[in-house]
Amino acid sequence: MKDDSDSTYEVVLAGSGGQGLVSSGIMLGEAAILEGKNVTQTTSYGIFQRGGLSIAEVIISDEEILYQRVQDPDIVLALNDDGMNLYASLGEKGIPIFYDTTLVQKQEGENLYGYPFTEMANKLGHSGMANVIALGAVVAKNRMIRVESLEAILGRRFTGKMLEMTIKALYKGVALVTE
Amino acid sequence: MLQETGRKYLRSGVLPHMWCSGCGIGIMMGALLRSFEELEYKNKDIVVVTGIGCTGKLDDYVTTNALHGTHGRALAFATGIKAFKPDLKVVVLMGDGDCVTIGGNHFIHAARRNIDLTAIVVNNFNFGMTGGQASGTTSGGKITSTTLYGNPENDIDISALACVAGANYVARITPYHGWELKQYIKEGLMKKGFSLIEMISPCPTNYGKYNKMENPLQMLRWLKEKGVSSEDYARLGESEKDEYFVIGKLCDRDIPDFNTRYEEIRVRALSS
Amino acid sequence: MKQEVRLIQGNEAIAEGAIYAGSRFYAGYPITPSSEIMSECAKIMPKVGGIFIQMEDEIGSIAAVVGAALAGAKAFTATSGPGFSLMQENLGVAIAGEVPCVVVDVQRCGPSSGAATKPGQADVMQIRWGRHGDQSIIALCPSTVAECFLLTIQAFNFAEKFRTPVILATDEVVAHERQNFAIPAPGDIPVVNRKPPTVSPEKYRPFDAEEDGIAPLAVYGSEYVFHISSSMSGPDGVTNSKPDNIQWKVDQLNRKFEIHRNEIVLTKSYDTDDMDVLLIAYGATTGASRAAALEARKNGIKAGVLQLVTIWPFPDKEVEMLAKRVKSVMVVEMNYAGQVAGEVQKVIGSHVELKRFNKYNGQNISPRDILAAL
Repeated sequence: MKDDSDSTYEVVLAGSGGQGLVSSGIMLGEAAILEGKNVTQTTSYGIFQRGGLSIAEVIISDEEILYQRVQDPDIVLALNDDGMNLYASLGEKGIPIFYDTTLVQKQEGENLYGYPFTEMANKLGHSGMANVIALGAVVAKNRMIRVESLEAILGRRFTGKMLEMTIKALYKGVALVTE
Repeated sequence: MLQETGRKYLRSGVLPHMWCSGCGIGIMMGALLRSFEELEYKNKDIVVVTGIGCTGKLDDYVTTNALHGTHGRALAFATGIKAFKPDLKVVVLMGDGDCVTIGGNHFIHAARRNIDLTAIVVNNFNFGMTGGQASGTTSGGKITSTTLYGNPENDIDISALACVAGANYVARITPYHGWELKQYIKEGLMKKGFSLIEMISPCPTNYGKYNKMENPLQMLRWLKEKGVSSEDYARLGESEKDEYFVIGKLCDRDIPDFNTRYEEIRVRALSS
Repeated sequence: MKQEVRLIQGNEAIAEGAIYAGSRFYAGYPITPSSEIMSECAKIMPKVGGIFIQMEDEIGSIAAVVGAALAGAKAFTATSGPGFSLMQENLGVAIAGEVPCVVVDVQRCGPSSGAATKPGQADVMQIRWGRHGDQSIIALCPSTVAECFLLTIQAFNFAEKFRTPVILATDEVVAHERQNFAIPAPGDIPVVNRKPPTVSPEKYRPFDAEEDGIAPLAVYGSEYVFHISSSMSGPDGVTNSKPDNIQWKVDQLNRKFEIHRNEIVLTKSYDTDDMDVLLIAYGATTGASRAAALEARKNGIKAGVLQLVTIWPFPDKEVEMLAKRVKSVMVVEMNYAGQVAGEVQKVIGSHVELKRFNKYNGQNISPRDILAAL
């Protein structure tokens, strides 16, 4: 577990290509930049544009980030079974693992937080909102950045009805953790 | 009265030129330099781009700007020049090795892109500089130093390829037809878009040696006799067609060239 | 004016750096992991008065770049190992013709088609020796997004100043990572342009080097009419294969890099003042080496890092100076043969222990990998 003096957060978003994980990682990174933090975002993916296991990583820190890749995740979001299988065991070490119960087999274990992100997104009217809901939960859980910073980034990316929906989605995610 | 024309585009002290007696490259050079003069081009506005081979030596004879590149890639070098500076007159000189053997892909794409270059290809049916090996334009059955028992492959029709690939202007001629040669070069230079002038001029020294065409006079007679108009060609019997080739303008159209269309792209980009 | 901090990808930073440096011509052919540079240029070039052209292959791409450069453009292309192999012959034209241009090689895991989305650093020798004949070249290696931007400008500046192609040798890790970076305001970073001729047009010869070893370069279409040739040619650019001329030409192509060696060779060192162990890294392995060195110090091992920003010409003096002060040197790189380690070995001989840390499975080298090897 991290001590309070460590300002560095390492985030893993694992799922399939095409699920929007890289976009989520970028939004998280951009939100951290609004708070004056250093950010490194990397992606590892297969050779195809779609499918397979794709992992987006984000490191957020007040310090200079020397090594680009996540070594010890502080929080994980899994959006497919492959991603879950890879990271679920970290829950026992105190790392919160969020996962989408609409897409991933439900698992029992310490620090495993399953929520039906995709189902919730569909209810909001757009399956693409699943990432935003999940991001809201992740950020509310580990407080690496303020939710308002993420909201500000959504404001830059979306307009009109779509923006309304994404902000609603963000706070739905936050509520999962805070309520 | 004899008139010396095209001289100001020719470097001093380079004559007699290096090409063999009976080879058409020198005649093509004369026609090209006279075309420059008749069109009143300034040396500084011309870039002659060459590849490698007998035709690729021509840049050393001119007083214009020049870029002597690599085998088969002259069109790609020229594309960069013309795309960046559309006001330049960019002339690409190639042999059949450059044009359709090692560099065939650039040729197809330069025509497809319809970039405003004037390409002149001297088709001598073989690799002259390296000792008369077969090229992409050596006909089936012909003898060269690498097809000693006859060529098992077929030849490419350079002009037909340019037409279907999208060139705006295509003409085929021979060094026997000196006036038409110059005329086609001038038309090619003036045409916006990709122009190709193919000059059929069998290599007397290598190809000629193997295929009974080594005598320059015989060669000229052969060119005069075998180069026919498309109408005459159409009247030939199927068995005769292999022995003849069509000369004249084969394609002439005005599809907007690369640079013109790129300007339209710029406008769209700026308003997006 | 304070510039906005953005989350920028390495490849995007290269495209932005090129534009900042004044590049207005890109010709290329798509290949992973370099394609984002091409897409960015496709987007930006038409808006800034530049030309973007997608060529039929990498051979044509570098040829078009050379042509455009002679027509006055700051021109560049980007590719990865397989495409870079295809460019070698025409890169030779740029070297022989002393044509300023930039080629980005985003190195990926090889050999052959290899693993296109995985990183590697095995093009080090291809960059230096991939072409036939006697020649030299400059190659720079960025290790962060900021360096992608700044070294792209540096690459153009070197290309223009020394009339040479410059290779920006990056890798999949640095190319695809995103980091916070503020693009500097125009004018904040110096931009260098080629030295134009000062003699009268009749007297101009494109390879008449001045005292600094560099010949002024005109542009096609100006009053200065000139000739550039891939064939062995004289100061006037016209074919000349006489022994004296050949020797003069080869000397000129190599000597300029010797004259300006200290300006070209860039390195950065970290914690090298009191070290016992020297880590040598370049590109993607730099950050991991620095993190490993900091961690090693916590465990009582005094480690320092030398980052080779320029890999060609090789920073021999810089390596030698630091290697003299340590018990062992470890070269950290993503290739099997230790392509940089071999160069380090040439410099340090057998006086200092040389360790090689090589990883070539398409995965990053992590600080933990390095610590374990220490």
